[in-house]
Amino acid sequence: MSSGAERPTWTSHLRRQVASMPPEKLLPDTQPVYVASWIYVFGALTIGAFIVVLLSGAVIAMAGPSWWHHSSFGHFINSTHLWSTEFFFAFMVIHLWGKFFMAAWRGRRRLTWVTGAVAFLISIPIAFTGYLSQQNFDSQWIGGQAKDGINATGAGAFFNVLNFGQMLLWHAVLLPLFVGLLIAGHVILVRRRGVVPPLPGKGGA
Amino acid sequence: MSTPGYPIAPDPNVPWTGALRRYDLIKEVVIATLVVLLLTIGCSLIFSSPDDKPVTIASWSAADPGDFLTTAVSELNNTSGTATYGPPYTHVAGSGQNLIGGISLQRIVGVHIPIKAPQVFVLDPLHIVAQTDPALTTVLGEYESASTSDQTKWTDAYTAALPKAIFKGSSVTLPAGHYGPVGPMMSALLAQARAGGLDGALISSDRFYQSDFTRALLFLADGGYLESLAGSQHLQGSQWGMMNETGNYPGQAWLWLYTFWYQVPPFSTSDNADAQIWGLMALFSAAFICIPFIPGLRSIPRAVPVYRLIWRDYYRRAER
Repeated sequence: MSSGAERPTWTSHLRRQVASMPPEKLLPDTQPVYVASWIYVFGALTIGAFIVVLLSGAVIAMAGPSWWHHSSFGHFINSTHLWSTEFFFAFMVIHLWGKFFMAAWRGRRRLTWVTGAVAFLISIPIAFTGYLSQQNFDSQWIGGQAKDGINATGAGAFFNVLNFGQMLLWHAVLLPLFVGLLIAGHVILVRRRGVVPPLPGKGGA
Repeated sequence: MSTPGYPIAPDPNVPWTGALRRYDLIKEVVIATLVVLLLTIGCSLIFSSPDDKPVTIASWSAADPGDFLTTAVSELNNTSGTATYGPPYTHVAGSGQNLIGGISLQRIVGVHIPIKAPQVFVLDPLHIVAQTDPALTTVLGEYESASTSDQTKWTDAYTAALPKAIFKGSSVTLPAGHYGPVGPMMSALLAQARAGGLDGALISSDRFYQSDFTRALLFLADGGYLESLAGSQHLQGSQWGMMNETGNYPGQAWLWLYTFWYQVPPFSTSDNADAQIWGLMALFSAAFICIPFIPGLRSIPRAVPVYRLIWRDYYRRAER
């Protein structure tokens, strides 16, 4: 008869997962010698842009969604929110293309690719709901146009692009939280599996 | 033979045991964030961001009263875009886009945001004004107690006469005709709209706070004024509108592939373009996520020598 302490529990499973990522693996100060190309910088640039997007969005959130329409400083902060979003997508797309051409899913790294790809796809509705939350002409027009596409999928009954309150909460809370968790999981997977090594060179297998 | 520490064909399934280099992860992320911050501040100072004022019902009815009244009458006689839309707004047999064949997710889900166009856009707002206008109360009573055929006869006559209407301030003058109560009703609605009352009426609810602009936006979308303004800014669907924004800004460039399909046949001429394009993009998105699992697609990187460029220094040492 085995004791209850010998059976694996959810808690012991989580402890093993945490223990498999010691600090020196999570925050290394060396990397394989092949991690030496400018393409590797775009992952960090994407995270940097995400941080600036969150910070600029947080400033707007503190003052309220209408603030930037009647404050020159508010308009400047809105501009930083817009441009950091543009950079976020630009850097993320370059990062994705780089990882594609490296076939970076090799060696049990498929989930790393999947989390990155889903993070990219979920980032699109974050930006889209941001446009809907601007309370200006762009919001009116984009909402009026987008409703037809979303209604055609049946989702418009539950995700109403003309409902400002609903779109603002998706934009400022739900979707960023989801993408933030995906990015965190993506980075942990990269650290756990390590950066994918080069494809075989000439004369290799 | 390869250089020690530089295997010519490293195994991606096992931890790296080759040569290492110093690498400061935190420094890289901090510098990257600062670089993005500087780029962002620079672009914000130089280019700013667009913020065109929203159209109000008041500004629309003042700028284009003919379009406003045409839209209002179409709401009243149930022929507007919203009235004939189908799910999720109205019950209209057979309406809703088909994904493939006769399958419509729009119809399957059904009406969840019910909109009765005559009541929501015309009659209910006029009843607010009628509380202090006995003559309007009488007119509304005449319309609401009339037969459907009489209502249609009046609205059709009014719609036909609108191109000849003369507008002066909040008043509208039409050629003599059998408009019944529709004439004074539309005049009252125009006056209410120009005074800003219709903006409030369309967003009000039975609760004090509100954050839902569905009715007001549907009414604006039914008219031609908003669309004409968007056309002048190159924002219409046929102008790659979904990815553009007002002014000379990059907009949502990441929507280029989604927007692209609207520009080309068969989607550009299809009545079911939205459903078909969303279905197509769902397939593409699934394929994008599943690239590592799709034979052929996952082998493309081996055939395209971009990786040799990325790891050129490594191969130079490994293949020495």
